[in-house]
Amino acid sequence: MSDDNPPKGELLLQLTGVSKNFGAVSALSDIELEVHAGEVVALVGDNGAGKSTLVKVLAGVHQPSAGEVRFMGKPVTLDSPAKALDLGIATVFQDLALCENLDVVSNLFLGHELSPWRLDEVQMEVRAWTLLRELAARIPSVREPVASLSGGQRQTVAIARSLLTDPKIIMLDEPTAALGVAQTAEVLNLIDRVRARGLGVIVISHNMEDVRAVADRIVVLRLGKNGGVFTPGSSNQELVAAITGASENAVSRRASRKAAEEHHE
Amino acid sequence: MSDVKLAPKPLDRADERVRNDDSLTGAVRLFIDRVRAGDLGILPVAVGLVVISVVFSSLNPVFLLPNNLVNLLFDCATVGVISLGIVCVLMLGEIDLSVGSMSGFASALVGVIWVNMGLPLPVAIGAALLAGMVIGFVYATLYTRLGMPSFVATLAGLLAILGMQLYILGPTGSINLPFSSPLVAFGQLLVMPAWLSHGLALIPGLVVLFGGLNTAKRRRAAGLTAIPLSLLLIKAVVLTAALQFAVWYLNLGRGVPWMFGLFVGLVVAMQYALTRTKWGRSLFAVGGNREAARRSGINVRRIYYSAFMLCSTLAALGGVLAAGRLASSSQQAGTGDVNLNAIAAAVIGGTSLFGGRGSAWAALLGIIVIQAISNGLTLLNLSSSLRYMITGAVLAIAVIVDSLARQSRATHGRG
Ligand SMILES: Nc1ncnc2c1ncn2[C@@H]1O[C@H](COP(=O)(O)OP(=O)(O)OP(=O)(O)O)[C@@H](O)[C@H]1O
Ligand SMILES: [Mg+2]
Repeated sequence: MSDDNPPKGELLLQLTGVSKNFGAVSALSDIELEVHAGEVVALVGDNGAGKSTLVKVLAGVHQPSAGEVRFMGKPVTLDSPAKALDLGIATVFQDLALCENLDVVSNLFLGHELSPWRLDEVQMEVRAWTLLRELAARIPSVREPVASLSGGQRQTVAIARSLLTDPKIIMLDEPTAALGVAQTAEVLNLIDRVRARGLGVIVISHNMEDVRAVADRIVVLRLGKNGGVFTPGSSNQELVAAITGASENAVSRRASRKAAEEHHE
Repeated sequence: MSDVKLAPKPLDRADERVRNDDSLTGAVRLFIDRVRAGDLGILPVAVGLVVISVVFSSLNPVFLLPNNLVNLLFDCATVGVISLGIVCVLMLGEIDLSVGSMSGFASALVGVIWVNMGLPLPVAIGAALLAGMVIGFVYATLYTRLGMPSFVATLAGLLAILGMQLYILGPTGSINLPFSSPLVAFGQLLVMPAWLSHGLALIPGLVVLFGGLNTAKRRRAAGLTAIPLSLLLIKAVVLTAALQFAVWYLNLGRGVPWMFGLFVGLVVAMQYALTRTKWGRSLFAVGGNREAARRSGINVRRIYYSAFMLCSTLAALGGVLAAGRLASSSQQAGTGDVNLNAIAAAVIGGTSLFGGRGSAWAALLGIIVIQAISNGLTLLNLSSSLRYMITGAVLAIAVIVDSLARQSRATHGRG
């Protein structure tokens, strides 16, 4: 990793009024978001709240319908994934986006192969092993096609890939959804390490415990709109209320029912 | 626990579930596992070639005579070059159905520009290749900008280019190329001197041996497992022995055609580009999962352009060689079974129609199978009706093998 990382606290990414429509559906409307260097921002929200869409806009996969994205102070147009990667925005997508027909090493280095005219397979394989070991990956062989890996192994490969390109910001869309206990802990450790190195991190997760454990700020999305910003200290109730948009919701009803049952016993 | 210090485990053997396949028997076992899982590689072709040789030589002993095989190699080169381009587009899961017409148009261009207009031969060949590039550019534009399926675009191209071929040939419809010209000599006569062919046949073995040793050294230095010397030696010796025998046998006849040498050279270059360059890796990636390739920062559009343009250009080159082979540019050039043979060769050689899987060797091995069948059937004096039926059946079998292997790979979780 390079040492020219921006100083801690510097504003890396700033979104103002970003919207995204898919035909009649407005998946995102008027989103504001800031990410600073050395900060972990958790993005939470219900299914279909627009979290992945926001990440894809920042990764250059989708073009926003309106709004402005500023990266390190300058307005940028993220019109292709290559552009976002060049700027230093690396992404682990929810659907991972791996090539099943290629082996682990090829997938890790895809688009950033060492020595393009005479691929350095040995060097790439060594770096692949080192990186995977850092993530406590349980991958028996890096020369098997990705199609033969388990879901969690694939997720580890996708995470490892995002670290290869010396990014300034890493976006992880549900990175631990398929991971085992040890691997989840490693990913959370990794997020801590990456933050300490002064990178900005956006992490999406449905696991509030994990979110509280790593996040500096928790940004709630609800139905494609900003639903408030919280600190990890906020209570579960507050968060759930913001996510579901009502203090009276499925989660609170269940909780009060449980409480009532206990009361009866 | 013994207190003898064990050598550190290689990086790629750290996981206890990985079997140690570094020995000779290990390599054999690995190969058998691969085949079982549907990773057939060149196995179907090898089996096919043996069957073909046995059947045809028992029906007509002329089939295996050196000079017949030399002729066979001359014929392989023209369609083989076309097939090499097909490998590129098949790799992306696309198709070019107009390569036959493209080769015919290129051969017509050579005739018209060189013989009728009297311009130098290199200019004519250059113009033919340029035409190929332009047409490939058009296909790629139609595909990437307008979303036109390559199947339809190239089917339209098949007719349009055939029309251009007929148009520039005019009412006479056929132009004879001068027999004394270098192009015709290249297409019909020129063979390598025996010493040179034997020398060239040494190179692959040496590359396998020394390239392998070098890689093995680097891998060990980096703490990875490496292929054992014994296996390398066996590979190199078997390869060299086979090639030297083939060359010796061909030299009993006229010798190894230069044109075939050119074809093999192109195959080697293509294989290198596919497996050892970033471009080739991107080609596999786009063929395997286009969206994932795009998200990795690959310029997908540029990959499509390169593949379509390479395909049409190689088709044009094949057409130029065919003109030399036939010593004429005619309305028949590139029609008939050229198209299908080129595509069939790529598929028979193991390039998947579904994209993301294939090699340049596919074109070489596949075209030898196809031409061997066609040559054998010609020797048997079978009518063209029967020949078409048999070639069609062979193609169908090849595609079935491909589909079955694909299903098997899916059930064995190998993509
Ligand atoms: N390519 C697309 N075309 C049309 N609609 C889309 C597309 N991608 C997302 N959407 C819509 O946008 C909305 C937000 O989807 P998104 O994937 O961002 O949700 P999410 O917050 O990531 O949900 P989850 O927690 O389930 O992953 C959904 O209503 C979805 O149907
Ligand atoms: Mg999502």
